[in-house]
Amino acid sequence: MAEEVILLDFWPSMFGMRTRIALEEKNVKFDYREQDLWNKSPILLEMNPVHKKIPVLIHNGKPVCESLIQMEYIDEVWPSKTPLLPSDPYQRAQAKFWGDFIDKKVYGSARLIWGAKGEEHEAGKKEFIEILKTLESELGDKTYFGGETFGYVDIALIGFYSWFEAYEKFGNFSIEAECPKLIAWAKRCVKRESVAKSLPGSEKITKFVPELKEKLGIE
Amino acid sequence: MAERSNSEEVKLLGMWASPFSRRIEIALTLKGVSYEFLEQDITNKSSLLLQLNPVNKMIPVLVHNGKPISESLVILEYIDETWRDNPILPQDPYERTMARFWSKFVDEQIYVTAMKVVGKTGKERDAVVEATRDLLMFLEKELVGKDFLGGKSLGFVDIVATLVAFWLMRTEEIVGVKVVPVEKFPEIHRWVKNLLGNDVIKKCIPPEDEHLKYIRARMEKLNIKSA
Repeated sequence: MAEEVILLDFWPSMFGMRTRIALEEKNVKFDYREQDLWNKSPILLEMNPVHKKIPVLIHNGKPVCESLIQMEYIDEVWPSKTPLLPSDPYQRAQAKFWGDFIDKKVYGSARLIWGAKGEEHEAGKKEFIEILKTLESELGDKTYFGGETFGYVDIALIGFYSWFEAYEKFGNFSIEAECPKLIAWAKRCVKRESVAKSLPGSEKITKFVPELKEKLGIE
Repeated sequence: MAERSNSEEVKLLGMWASPFSRRIEIALTLKGVSYEFLEQDITNKSSLLLQLNPVNKMIPVLVHNGKPISESLVILEYIDETWRDNPILPQDPYERTMARFWSKFVDEQIYVTAMKVVGKTGKERDAVVEATRDLLMFLEKELVGKDFLGGKSLGFVDIVATLVAFWLMRTEEIVGVKVVPVEKFPEIHRWVKNLLGNDVIKKCIPPEDEHLKYIRARMEKLNIKSA
């Protein structure tokens, strides 16, 4: 069956990275279309009229928005030997809980590290470290968040790893010193082809942050 | 028919006036699942709540055979997967995706924006009311030609959007501004009537008088003027 899969995305987006990884994990061929968020394309506005945000997954002409929702969709439409979510309802609920936690907490605090100054910056840094420690504690001694298999929660979080060097530079701290187990987990994840293909280099992100600040009108 | 034995233990840590807690009660009741409701004082959190939801420390928390699940949207999906009678999510993957999308929209966009109306006055309030209405217009359009957001019958998004029908719309009178006037939102008003025609909904939403009393009291405590 001729299947058309398009991904509207923005290369540094840790949310877009999730969808890229999920599609790669399932060996789904997709047409990656880079978006200019400061000059939004007609297709982006048409396919995500509610939020006008990336990533947008378009499957046979029908749009799916929100990266965690896209992951679930991908898992349901392309079921395979490598499911992204566990089959047991309780395990699934735990995975979704942590995905929701990552969505609500990580980006907000991290943004204050590179996007704010003074007290706000310090507060963001403190919160960010606390959140990472909570995640590290949840990981424990497991290989991946779901246990032995790479899955939903790992994918939800790993994109942020490409931004860690930038956070460290702007926050003047070492994430590895605070959360060594989490860094070890991240290094395991980036060895996977799907992740290596989907994450931009840390250096590229770090170089991009000043440009992003300028675009957003932040000093 | 429930396949599980009667010794199955279902508890819900919730709060009678919370839309997030009530939606769980709606889902459990729709599926005929018996549960023990444990009313929580969110201003003085119990050790049980803190033990069962140490990360977010919030209600609702569903406890099934001793195992806790938190976050209302996650709980709703768990309930649907565990008790298969009267499914609340559609079967088709794309439709399921849209249900998840709209539910998130209600919680993360409508709710967050609408909350900002409380306590504001003048031009600031007008702006937030306008923003809330813009968001509600998406729901209004979704309802055209449908009895419920789930289609012919009550579904996942309807259960989540009771927040709009019985919280947002109830507080209009207290806040003193008609955020959802019937002239602008005829479909939403029609949908609320349809919801009230459903026995489970009627049974599970907070009684109106008590609810309004509670909201007024809360606003007073927060030093917010009510109409």
